[in-house]
Amino acid sequence: MYSPLIVAEALLNGLMLGAVYALVALGLTLVYGVLHIVNFAHGAFLTVAMFGVWLAWSQLGMDPYLSMILIVPAMAALGYAAQRWIIGPASRGADNSILLVTLGLSIIIQNGLLALFSSDTRTIDTDYAFQVVELGPLLLSFPRVVGLGAALVTAVVLWVILNRTDVGRAIRAVAREKLGASLVGIDVGHIYAVTFAIGSACLGVAAALLMPVFYVEPNTGAAFVLVAFTIVVLGGMGSVVGALVGGLLIGVVESASSLWFGDSLGQIGIFLIFIAVLLIRPTGLFGARQ
Amino acid sequence: MSEVPMPASPMPETPMLEVADLRAGYGEAEVLRGVSLTVGAGEIVAVLGANGVGKTTLNMTLSGVLKPWSGAIRFNGAEIGGAKPPAVVAAGLVHVPEGRKIFPNLSVRENLELGGYRVSKSGRDANLQRAFDTFPRLKERAGQYAGTLSGGEQQMLAIGRGLMSEPKLLILDEPSLGLSPLLVEEMFGLIASLARDGLPIMLVEQNVVQSLDLASRAYILENGEVAMQGEAAKLAADPELKRAYLGL
Ligand SMILES: Nc1ncnc2c1ncn2[C@@H]1O[C@H](COP(=O)(O)OP(=O)(O)OP(=O)(O)O)[C@@H](O)[C@H]1O
Ligand SMILES: [Mg+2]
Repeated sequence: MYSPLIVAEALLNGLMLGAVYALVALGLTLVYGVLHIVNFAHGAFLTVAMFGVWLAWSQLGMDPYLSMILIVPAMAALGYAAQRWIIGPASRGADNSILLVTLGLSIIIQNGLLALFSSDTRTIDTDYAFQVVELGPLLLSFPRVVGLGAALVTAVVLWVILNRTDVGRAIRAVAREKLGASLVGIDVGHIYAVTFAIGSACLGVAAALLMPVFYVEPNTGAAFVLVAFTIVVLGGMGSVVGALVGGLLIGVVESASSLWFGDSLGQIGIFLIFIAVLLIRPTGLFGARQ
Repeated sequence: MSEVPMPASPMPETPMLEVADLRAGYGEAEVLRGVSLTVGAGEIVAVLGANGVGKTTLNMTLSGVLKPWSGAIRFNGAEIGGAKPPAVVAAGLVHVPEGRKIFPNLSVRENLELGGYRVSKSGRDANLQRAFDTFPRLKERAGQYAGTLSGGEQQMLAIGRGLMSEPKLLILDEPSLGLSPLLVEEMFGLIASLARDGLPIMLVEQNVVQSLDLASRAYILENGEVAMQGEAAKLAADPELKRAYLGL
């Protein structure tokens, strides 16, 4: 058996890994909740954001955390434009077309990145990547502490936007009642695009948090989105709280199962939990009951 | 019901809303086959007709949800045919839809606030007070999810939300649908009082007798066309109405 200290550290580090998962899942679940589609381009967008962070570091010498001030607005703009001028018009409002268009978009982006950057993996060197934060007797990885903090701040900002602003109220209104929203003068196409923008901005935050400890190559985002999708289903499709709690839970589970089953089997725990939750609550932890 | 004094001519000089030869539909299927009508300042105009004649389609086209195929929609002196819903709402033509279409996952207060989405923040607060004065019941339930309201309360909320948009003309699509007789009475009383305060209303209804009693003029739609029109009192007495309305 492991000492309780090691277990506690693993669980805490898992919580912080989960925070980044939660950020990726937030965007996915938000878009699902409002447009009722799964955005297959989400992974490609994450890859773009990670390359963005890498470029800001390698070309401009920007610290990856600091580069958020560039990457987050840029990703929001990209998400807005992609929905407003590509995904929306190309799918003409038919949900299954939106699926295909986002899938097509992700293939184009992936291959575009491959052409630009080849399939080499890129990393960022920082002097804090391997630093630890001492919390009493516990040693916590510095980037993961930052990750948890930033994810929580992002969640609070998102909550404020959704609950305390006109745009947030409009997003929630459009999610459930498109016609009613149109008739009070809400531009539904604009709100769709804003939803994409917010989801993509979350990816910008996630990318900045990941790059000091991870690598990027043109397929990197896809792996994260697979886990993020698991989280979205686990938390309840469309539930923001579900994405947060689900993300943290999955991070802890992954961390615990790599401790006990070894790194290569870390993700087995995720899918065991996933199946167990869905057997008991098919709508997910925070999904609407029918 | 008190008699509304009739203007000298049944139709004011320049109507608030003027629809001319409007055609619209879904995909290939034409539903409106050249509808013309007007609503003047201060009037209640009833638009009646059996199920499926195109009343809701007309409302959707007026509010910009559906694109007109041809014809003209003039509102308050400007052509708004083909304008998008946000522009139509901003112009003051506000449509309270059939089936309420409130936001069930938002609180009553948030529903009302969103009614003022195109209105400045300061105007919105004053309008919210007024809406709560008109509908004290909504004030009691301000924090509750709109989806948990009773059918009658939801209809009040839908109208309250419409009023929050600062309408210059209000289109009501079957506001009495699904209400108990007592509430129907209350609803028609409310519509009369809104009109008395100077708000012109286009009232789309199935409730023929009460609507003709309330309205100054009426149009009877049949198969996407205006089959009959005129002063409400005259139409109410016309035996032809039964034929047009029931399709006998
Ligand atoms: N979204 C739609 N797509 C295709 N056809 C539609 C659509 N909505 C309505 N229709 C058709 O248009 C015609 C007119 O419908 P509309 O809803 O305007 O009737 P209505 O007069 O409002 O009827 P009711 O009194 O039952 O509300 C009907 O034949 C209906 O089937
Ligand atoms: Mg109808």
